[in-house]
Amino acid sequence: MMVAALNRAWRQPLQALTLATVLMGAPAVVDAQTSAPLSASPPVVNLANFDYGLKARALAVGVYVVEGSNADFSPANGCNIINTGFITTGAGVLVINTGSSRRYGEQLRALIARTTREPVLQVIALNLHPDYFLGNQAFADVPLLATSATRAGMQREAKAYEDNLYRLCGDWMKGTESRLPTQSIGPGPLRIGQREFELREFTGHTDSDLVLIDKTSGVAFVGGLVFADRVPTTPHADPLAWLRSLDALSRLKLATVVPSHGPVHSGLRGLQQTQAYLQWLDGSFTRWAAAGWEVNEVLRASPPDDFTRWAAWPAEYTRNVAHLYPRYERAALQRAKPP
Amino acid sequence: MALAAGGSPGVAYTAGPSARPAAGLPPPKADPFEGDPFQSFQWPELRKEFLGAAARTQFDARVRVQGPAFAEDPMNVPITVAVDLPGVQRLIVLVDRNPIRKVLELQPVAALPAVSFRFKLEQASPVRALAQTADGLWHVGGTWVDSAGGGCTVAGGSRADGSWTQTLGQVSGRIYASALPGGDSSARLRVRIMHPMDTGLVGGIPAFFVSKLAVRDAANRELLRIQTFEPVSENPVFSFEFSKAPAGPLRIVGVDNNGNRIDSRVE
Repeated sequence: MMVAALNRAWRQPLQALTLATVLMGAPAVVDAQTSAPLSASPPVVNLANFDYGLKARALAVGVYVVEGSNADFSPANGCNIINTGFITTGAGVLVINTGSSRRYGEQLRALIARTTREPVLQVIALNLHPDYFLGNQAFADVPLLATSATRAGMQREAKAYEDNLYRLCGDWMKGTESRLPTQSIGPGPLRIGQREFELREFTGHTDSDLVLIDKTSGVAFVGGLVFADRVPTTPHADPLAWLRSLDALSRLKLATVVPSHGPVHSGLRGLQQTQAYLQWLDGSFTRWAAAGWEVNEVLRASPPDDFTRWAAWPAEYTRNVAHLYPRYERAALQRAKPP
Repeated sequence: MALAAGGSPGVAYTAGPSARPAAGLPPPKADPFEGDPFQSFQWPELRKEFLGAAARTQFDARVRVQGPAFAEDPMNVPITVAVDLPGVQRLIVLVDRNPIRKVLELQPVAALPAVSFRFKLEQASPVRALAQTADGLWHVGGTWVDSAGGGCTVAGGSRADGSWTQTLGQVSGRIYASALPGGDSSARLRVRIMHPMDTGLVGGIPAFFVSKLAVRDAANRELLRIQTFEPVSENPVFSFEFSKAPAGPLRIVGVDNNGNRIDSRVE
């Protein structure tokens, strides 16, 4: 009922804001687990006209998440597996990540225009992965921000991302070309309009993992550092650095957590899942490499049941092994001596 | 081509004249795949090129080939081959849809007919292991690996940054004699050899690869021989299996196609 009302309201921007305010009350923080519409029915994708079915869900006044499927890349879900977001500031909209394709970027921009009258002011990409910035073409008229490490990484990887996503997602990618960020941004406070944000830079999921915290609402966009109910992705990961970052992140006492992959939740649930998984990977890979296990044996090992119930199991684990096991293997093989 | 009932799990066929169909049955349609479970158009040619037109082959589940369902890293596709047959003389690994299709050939000598390695995959393809037993018959197994492609036509990391010159021919390795998951193996030798393993398919970089390796025991007896080719991954890692732990230290000797020698000891 409430969902339907909100859906109708989103077509009328001013009402949407009013209704959201009424629903949320003060303070503006909403516990995503209880009072906000329990999201997380995946978007309804229309394959015939390449409609991602994007919906904006208000987590607090002016703070919206646009949820993707909690799954692996597939043409059936439009390869939309990321949660993006946008926040009104009074001076314009800050967009957090732009999705996996040009079409996604265009549909996200249209959704923002249906939701608020504020113009888009700038875009921020929280890390270098393709679904964080391949929608940038639809935002070419505003500053596109990322850390300098993320910008360098995107420059390096963009071509391979395009190739791989065209292969995995087919026509959903039509017309997509990577448009790289135009400005560097570092950690620290960020003031836009009436909003104050805190940007924290971590490492471990990638070389540069930004977390954006809206200080008014307490909503934190934690990017790729936290995976909820989903196997973490590791193409640029350093598990030990990642675990250290999660320790630091856990001390920030985040209220509402928006991971890039998996449901929005309160508190430490996703963080602890990610920790448990990375600890299992690191411990198991160390042990198996020391015992001389081959990659194919590692691929066929039995993990704790919890992990196999998460989204993207086992495909993501296959990738984890390809990305990380060779490093553990190298460390275990001692240098041989000349005879 | 005659399709005949072969040894237990597989179907043998020979490349002889057509057998007469049984009375009352319609003549069988010619099978362009020659019984290949992967129905690969490359198979008949592959068989002739690498085994000879007269070779007898049999698809056989006892030749077990494991790989990943998809090649997350097409430069390093992990393959494990194990053959549950006695008296294997030669074990060849072929990849139908690679520009260079032969990956390696193992003569087990005193080792088990088994090998693990990583290789460069250019596109989705069957990966086959062909094991020849003492009777001359080739037993064929395989797996299908999906891939985004490009593994053979991209330069490796050490070629890109030039670091290969510092480490060429260095060997690291260990013998593992316990806690191996599954199988008949009671000891495993894992070796890593630093080498760019250039395919020759990247512009301006000629083929440059380890071509032969052998493992010898403390008494200098040869335990196994392996020929390796361009598709084997950069800085290759091999696992070899033994029914009982060989007397170490083991010596790894070999050569690349430019004549650079490899000679190291593994404890």
